[in-house]
Amino acid sequence: MIPNGGVADPLLRVEDIHTHYGKSHILHGVSLDVGRGEVVGLLGRNGVGKSTTLKAIAGIVHPSAGRVVYEGRQITNMPPHRLARLGIGYVPEDRRIFPVLTVTENLRTGLDRHGVTAARKRELLDKIYSYFPVLAERRNQFGGTLSGGEQQMLAIARAMMLEPKIILLDEPTEGLMPRMVSQIREIIDVLHRDRVAVLLVEQNVPLTLDAGQRIYIIEKGVVRHHAPAAELRADDAPIHRYMGV
Amino acid sequence: MQWLHAIPWDLLLIQTINGIVAGMILALVASGLTLIFGIMDVVNFAHGEFLMLGAYIAVLTIVATHSFWLALIVASLGTALIGALVYVTTLRPLLGRDPLTTILATFGVSLVLQNYALWQFGPVARKIPEPFAGSITLFHLDYSWYRLTIAGLSAAIIGGFWLFLKFGTWGIWIRATTQDRIMAQAMGIPVPWVLAGVFAIGSAMAGASGVLFGPLVGVDHAMGFDWILRAFIVVVVGGMGSLGGSVLAAIFISLLEAYATLWVSPAQAGIVSFVVLILTLLFRPTGLFVATPK
Repeated sequence: MIPNGGVADPLLRVEDIHTHYGKSHILHGVSLDVGRGEVVGLLGRNGVGKSTTLKAIAGIVHPSAGRVVYEGRQITNMPPHRLARLGIGYVPEDRRIFPVLTVTENLRTGLDRHGVTAARKRELLDKIYSYFPVLAERRNQFGGTLSGGEQQMLAIARAMMLEPKIILLDEPTEGLMPRMVSQIREIIDVLHRDRVAVLLVEQNVPLTLDAGQRIYIIEKGVVRHHAPAAELRADDAPIHRYMGV
Repeated sequence: MQWLHAIPWDLLLIQTINGIVAGMILALVASGLTLIFGIMDVVNFAHGEFLMLGAYIAVLTIVATHSFWLALIVASLGTALIGALVYVTTLRPLLGRDPLTTILATFGVSLVLQNYALWQFGPVARKIPEPFAGSITLFHLDYSWYRLTIAGLSAAIIGGFWLFLKFGTWGIWIRATTQDRIMAQAMGIPVPWVLAGVFAIGSAMAGASGVLFGPLVGVDHAMGFDWILRAFIVVVVGGMGSLGGSVLAAIFISLLEAYATLWVSPAQAGIVSFVVLILTLLFRPTGLFVATPK
């Protein structure tokens, strides 16, 4: 299987990874590249392995074969906490806010790292709170008391505290009101402007085509199609073919 | 108003103090247990043996240095170290397996440590001298300052630990790990270290309570066993994994037992904790002192 590349010197390269969940074979050799500061969309129907791909990159699921290379360094099977420290932020589908930590404490899980000075911590917190004023208002509230949209903001903000080079975003707009969806859309632009790469898994095709520079379409655990987003905006036949929409 | 005079008010006051003193030590033992359960779902049957080891380390340190307070520190650090070793060698390989495996493993560790202590120190109980004498007079009874000091120290250790959980980076790491271990790792928290650290802290709390309680009961290889049963009851009644619940439950049960001894023998009063346990399991199995789950 040839890598579905297209980027010279990618930040992240996934090479032919396979995963098994119990007896079922979920990923059948997924390959993709994400360049530095690039927003890459990963589209596909439910249950085709999009989330599993992100989990495998974040180190939460261990691939049975294949490799993940990050900044030229092999990171397959590294424990998740080391990957986070290397700058891989993960925002899971179900958000997984720490329910009985306050908003600030949720952020501090990513902020209290070795080698970050107190001044730098304050600066990062202030920056995040200026991006997400609603979180600033709720800073002393428990994460579990936030609305779904606020929790999604917090999940993304929390990953940003790692000062990541890439954020893995798993269905960030799922179940959100249109106003919240457009806010998420803006955050992706903010990340892009800050040169943070994003690997975006979504069901929302228009948003993904609009926010992403390149798109991978995955079906039954394999990447079936790979194209620049502009090309798919002009001709969405491959999306119809593989996603049936 | 005849019945008011029938109540032995002086004894009641003494028993209240007794109950609180016993409750604070029990709370210290149970805090470590509930902490370990809360963060890693491990029911640690060896917890009482850490208490016993703490007491023995104190006996040896006192022989060498004649300082009770130094012994308290050495015993806490020593049991923390032993706890971390036990965790890394015995429990870490079993994480994520059936909870029964960790129960059997910690039960095995408990037997090994007990028999090691029996072999090393023999069956005769050792004594830890009280670090200071003196007593205050409550009504017609002398009440030892040391007992009051134990209660104060236990409260201070638990309070210090609470502050540590509440405000420190490690506290946030521990709470995050308790709430969602996988997400904690994805946020860069070194979860394997946090788990080993928590096991060490819990063990140190058991070791410290062994030293503090040593002067009152004598130190032998089986001393942990008496405590662990009561500590388990406290953990269940307080709500598995809830630190505040355990402290309240420890004081509650100890007070009930202390009052019961006004009318029945101390051995019979021990039944009280089991009655509380059974009633809790029947009517409020999530624990007496935790918010009703939604």
